[in-house]
Amino acid sequence: MDLNYSQEESAFRDEVRAWLKAHLPQDLRDKVSNYVQLGREDLLRWHKILARKGWVAPAWPKEYGGTDWNVVQRYIFEEECGLAGAPPLIPFGLAMCGPVLLRFGTEAQKQRFLPGIYNGEVFWCQGYSEPGSGSDLASLKTKAERARDEKLGDHYIVNGQKTWTTLGHFADWIFCLVRTDAGLSKRQEGISFLLIDMQTPGITVRPLTLMDGGREVNEVFFDDVKVPVANLVYEEGKGWTVAKYLLGYERMNTGRLGASKRELAKLKAFAGQQQGDDGKPLLENPRFRDKLTRVEIELLALEITNLRFLDQMRRSGQPPGADVSMLKIKGTEIQQTLAELMMQAEDPGAQEGFIGLAKRYCNMRKTTIYAGSNEIQRNIIAKMTLGL
Amino acid sequence: MNFDYNEEQRLLADSVRRFFAKDYSFEARRKIVASEEGWSPSVWATLTEMGLTGLPFSPDYGGYGGGAVDLMGVMEAAGDALLVEPYLATVGLGAQCVVRAGSEAQKQAILPAVVEGKLKMAFAHTEKGARYNLAKVEAQAKKSGGAWEITGEKLVVLGAPMADLLVVSARTDKGLSMFLVQKNAVQVKAYVTLDERRTGDVVLTATPGELLGAEGGALPVIEEVIDYAIALICAEAVGAMKFACDTTLAYLKTRQQFGVPIGAFQALQHRMVDMYVSYEQAKSMACLAASKVDAQGDAKDRARSVSAAKIKIADNCRHVSQEAIQLHGGMGMTEELKVSHTFRRLTMIAQQFGDAEHHLARFAELERSSGAGLS
Repeated sequence: MDLNYSQEESAFRDEVRAWLKAHLPQDLRDKVSNYVQLGREDLLRWHKILARKGWVAPAWPKEYGGTDWNVVQRYIFEEECGLAGAPPLIPFGLAMCGPVLLRFGTEAQKQRFLPGIYNGEVFWCQGYSEPGSGSDLASLKTKAERARDEKLGDHYIVNGQKTWTTLGHFADWIFCLVRTDAGLSKRQEGISFLLIDMQTPGITVRPLTLMDGGREVNEVFFDDVKVPVANLVYEEGKGWTVAKYLLGYERMNTGRLGASKRELAKLKAFAGQQQGDDGKPLLENPRFRDKLTRVEIELLALEITNLRFLDQMRRSGQPPGADVSMLKIKGTEIQQTLAELMMQAEDPGAQEGFIGLAKRYCNMRKTTIYAGSNEIQRNIIAKMTLGL
Repeated sequence: MNFDYNEEQRLLADSVRRFFAKDYSFEARRKIVASEEGWSPSVWATLTEMGLTGLPFSPDYGGYGGGAVDLMGVMEAAGDALLVEPYLATVGLGAQCVVRAGSEAQKQAILPAVVEGKLKMAFAHTEKGARYNLAKVEAQAKKSGGAWEITGEKLVVLGAPMADLLVVSARTDKGLSMFLVQKNAVQVKAYVTLDERRTGDVVLTATPGELLGAEGGALPVIEEVIDYAIALICAEAVGAMKFACDTTLAYLKTRQQFGVPIGAFQALQHRMVDMYVSYEQAKSMACLAASKVDAQGDAKDRARSVSAAKIKIADNCRHVSQEAIQLHGGMGMTEELKVSHTFRRLTMIAQQFGDAEHHLARFAELERSSGAGLS
């Protein structure tokens, strides 16, 4: 047993760290550090810098621009990006639509869509959730009916509504799960995976403002939206197979260790500057300190658990099992606790600072809800790992 | 980076587990605990034959030169089986003081006998009112005609009733020191702890002792030994938690209520999942503690990691043990089920060598004094 990185792994980490130091623009780093909401151009700018370096899609096959890194190297890269305060890579193209096309797409679809995803020229969003379909995704109702006209040839006419569409207001394209056959007894059947240009007539994007006042998510309405059949991925009615494949991908990087480590360091520094009621640094207040230490130790335990799983994956060559859900549960709980302690550390008399941190606290409540709520994650472990 | 046990470690852990499965069943253990001595010389003999009493000692003294990581699999098996024999007291505490502080002559006199299973040891340190403060010792050692004599009272000395040789801490003019004391020279008030282990309070009245290590220099050694023992009980906790999780899961799948196995209820499923998450985290922290005590690096770094591990293990011992009982319902409350005995051991591990609050304070103090951050 050896908990330390090997020499090669350490060298790789140093290489990534040095490169980030030289190439991550300071203004982006500052925005992330100050919790400023990033715009489309901020996100794509960083995406393009990584794409030029060839590091934007490490998990992709080499011939499509992947890095050939093993799981540990990929983990190190993600962690270093988080630690450095790099903007997040938006997963919808790189980690979702891209892998789906690589696995299920036709050659034509790959050639048409993958370069735009890789190079950050096309902004993608995800059309899964609906007003009535959250955790119970298979209950989705957005309908796609086959039609034919002279201009478009064979196409679908899509009607319905998607919701919680993250960054849909930035998006050029959306990948959607739609129901192409409503008459089947099994709800998972008759669902198809469609790629839809957001500029298509009949699409309306309406913002859903979150409680912190920020705009991240949207409702997307489809009103007789015509989608060429060429935009169907995999077979008609087999969208659930595609969706399940994707959900495995989505859960890969939800621990957010690097970012949480950065937040922890920030919290310590901040609590060291803040005065408690007794005029001493808040960091030395035992009641505050214990909370901080406990989250620090949660983070340490998560980090080692994460490394243990990676070591297992590397050894067995198997994809991550349901236990990865554990990383999502713990990682998001830690993110929330860090945001809460940051808010708590701020001087309540300094409302200008407080409100910013309080809004972040509000915002972080989303983490235990999105990407498969933590209760759904527990269901996954109960079923897949424990056989309940 | 590598979290696997190596081939030797795996084989050893497997053979220990097989032995416990065959000869240390819950029923067999119940008889041992109920016996007058409260431990089994024949089990001890087998542990010796299997090489377990020699595992962490240098080949110079007949041992196998293993570290805490090599002991992890053994301790996990001991936690699963709820071993009550004085393995931790001898191998993890008493003899470790000798390893770290003893002269060559003392090592030669003691360690081969420990390896051969002939000598059982105990560490007599804790005193009234000291709680978990390792520095709070009032027992006195005085020189009388060239020989040391120790006077004081030591509490909850794990394994004292069956020990042959004690390591006793006491103050001299130069400060905290350690002494080797023959068990038959002291008075032991024996009793059974919550986790069914034979323990005792030790009274020394001008009892002869032999200085172990530098006079006045014992505290860093004691801290190191206790950190080592913490790493071992962290692994033991992992084994006990694994049993608690597995047996609870099996119960959820078989116990029927309202016409279905109770494991069909989501309210219970999620609690079961959280138990497994606690177990996995505990396992990670046990790996950290064992690796750090083996690394022989900076003492502060070791102490910080061991305290971090103990905080998490203590919290998760409580969580897993409490939930295991709750999910078993009334049956979990009875002595008849092993899980209630596992509960008792996990409760003791949570506080042994310092509870979560003690280690939270230690962790914070270590960070404050070194300015270390999470790197």
